[in-house]
Amino acid sequence: MTITDTTPRLQAPPGPLRRLLGKQPFGLGLALPYIIFLATVMAYPLIYAVYISFFDYVFTAPGMHIDHPFVGLENYRTALTDPRVLESFRNIAVFLVINVPLTVILSMVFASALNAVTRWAAAFRIAFYVPYVTASVSLIGVWMLLFSQSGLVNTILGPLAPDPSWLVNDALAMPSIALYVTWKQLGFYILLYLAALQNVPKELYESASTDGAGIVHRFRHITVPSLRATTMLVLILSIITGANLFTEPYLLTSGGGPDGASTSPVLMIYQKGIQQGNPDVASAIGVLLVILVGALSLASTRLTKES
Amino acid sequence: MTLTRRALGATTLALPLALAVGACSRSAVDATQAATSRGPIRIWVSNNEQELAWGEAVTAAWNAEHPDEQVTLQEVPAGASSEEAISAAIVAGTTADLVFNASPAALPDWVRAGGLVDLTTFEGGREHIEQRTGERARNYAEDDGEGGYYQLPWKSNPVMVMFNKEIFDAAGIDPGSPGMDTFESFLEGARQIVGSGASHSALWPAPTSDFYQPWFDFYPMYLAQTRGTLLVEDGATTFDSSDGLAVAELWRALYEEGLAPKEESTDDAMTMGTTAMQLAGPWAIATYKDQLDYGFMPVPSADGIAPEETITFSDAKNVAMFSSSRNRLTAWEFLKYATSEEADGKLLELSGQMPLRTDLLHTYPDYFAENPDYSSFADQADRVADVPYLSGAIEIWQRFRDEFSASAIFGKKTVAEGLHDAAEQIDSLVQEGAR
Repeated sequence: MTITDTTPRLQAPPGPLRRLLGKQPFGLGLALPYIIFLATVMAYPLIYAVYISFFDYVFTAPGMHIDHPFVGLENYRTALTDPRVLESFRNIAVFLVINVPLTVILSMVFASALNAVTRWAAAFRIAFYVPYVTASVSLIGVWMLLFSQSGLVNTILGPLAPDPSWLVNDALAMPSIALYVTWKQLGFYILLYLAALQNVPKELYESASTDGAGIVHRFRHITVPSLRATTMLVLILSIITGANLFTEPYLLTSGGGPDGASTSPVLMIYQKGIQQGNPDVASAIGVLLVILVGALSLASTRLTKES
Repeated sequence: MTLTRRALGATTLALPLALAVGACSRSAVDATQAATSRGPIRIWVSNNEQELAWGEAVTAAWNAEHPDEQVTLQEVPAGASSEEAISAAIVAGTTADLVFNASPAALPDWVRAGGLVDLTTFEGGREHIEQRTGERARNYAEDDGEGGYYQLPWKSNPVMVMFNKEIFDAAGIDPGSPGMDTFESFLEGARQIVGSGASHSALWPAPTSDFYQPWFDFYPMYLAQTRGTLLVEDGATTFDSSDGLAVAELWRALYEEGLAPKEESTDDAMTMGTTAMQLAGPWAIATYKDQLDYGFMPVPSADGIAPEETITFSDAKNVAMFSSSRNRLTAWEFLKYATSEEADGKLLELSGQMPLRTDLLHTYPDYFAENPDYSSFADQADRVADVPYLSGAIEIWQRFRDEFSASAIFGKKTVAEGLHDAAEQIDSLVQEGAR
């Protein structure tokens, strides 16, 4: 009688190298160039910026050694007690409050409309996408002409034109930038929603129509919930790009004007770190911005997460 | 989680590699060896047409005589201002050997970063600089003029008031004798220009927040008003005073009454005729000579100072040698060659900018006889003052600009408050050694 051993064979536990590299080390090898790229241009600068923010740091030429004493939270204190820095964070809050909801709502509505259009659909899509692919520098030149004191917008508005004009008005400078960025970026977000809309089954709309649902009901109860994952992406991307605002206040309102009313944290980082040679305080502002953007992105993820 | 652990492992491998790559790009030069070394060098000059033409002419002449020490001309790297591009290059160790466009405001920080070479370490260095520029050269030296020279004072663009004669005529102001040498008459003239409809604005300086803008609105008038008192002297600010207040009040009135727009011009306001005046240096002659009929007058002061006594902002640009230079002896000899009487004459001829050397009018009499427009600038070039030599100068000028914008341009506070707040912040920065 033959006795068959049916006990499953226990495999030897994988070594630490195997555990680290996984079952397919070749796959990791393929990913390595991108990982090196990320480590070089993302992880290294980020870690270095966090490091700099805790030291009294200045950039030096090769071979020049200057003491960089540890200063704890001093750079953060300097940043957070600087009224210009605080103003820049307030400005960006104003920007996000206008830009993010407007971006989400308009891109979703326009994408739905474009999805329904059959004639000239490609032309409309391109029209929305053109501002996104055009260099901000050239578009800003056009907006400056439109919104200047004697520009087209004020000419049309006549006596209703704001005084001071849009871009030199404390209350209107940041909203003007928010509108500009919304308009410029809209094409990209419309594209994201259009792609997502292709996955919404047409039968859902047909059934709802049969049940008597109107266009608003169908949009609210089918389109909006179906696009939840894309909305989360749009929210996060618009928060990140909005919080990193630089070109627009730098060019459209001539360096964050009027009198700092449109300064952004990134503009402050540029001024302090690059122009004024204070990379330590600039890094502290950068770290605070990363924390803020991270928190807002997390909050928006929670907000749009399906229960 | 396996994926996270694996990603962490890969990053652990990749990060040291990235750090090594970063470290390799920065290597220091052996200063002792470089100081006596000859060979090819690179120079940076401003990217404007006239200075490039000068650079090409001078390097071509040098290269013909020095086949083993060839000089390569490059435009200074582009940036919002050349100072920040140069600052970045100093840190990266990628600077040329010489730069012929250094702002004195940025120099102290480049010295602090170890990016420049003291020119007095070369034989005859101090003598060459001081013989060429005279007593004024000491304003650009370390330790209140007693220390080393990390810059050779090269050229100035004395700031004067340029005006459009046709607009003045249309406004009923005599272009031959505008009579706008006091703050009151200047303001009255500005009101006349706009009130008569001769021009949209009287003058249109950039009302932007750039740190260097005070050099083209407040500072020239402040220097005239105080007969050459710098923004900071003896470790303390000077502008929170009746003189500073008088200048700032003039600007406040110009902005408040709409004589100077609070918006940046979307085109060249002088060329378009949307403004009648601008504060400019001799560079403006080459720019506008075919476009408008212009005149120049000295910057005004509260009670009016005779033109031959008026001091204005120099707007100097200097030459500096970078510590990344491996052939410093060649660089020094080229620097002397490019700042010789002959090369300076070429600079004057091609760009109209004033070499920072003594007695220009008598050194180049033929040029000024042929180009009388430049004579007033040559005369003015003997009475100029520059920015104070301060570590952290750019941050200091930025603080000044922020407070000037808040008070004089946008009227959020009184100019007295603005000047006081700026003085308080700047005094604190100066005391800290500007960080």
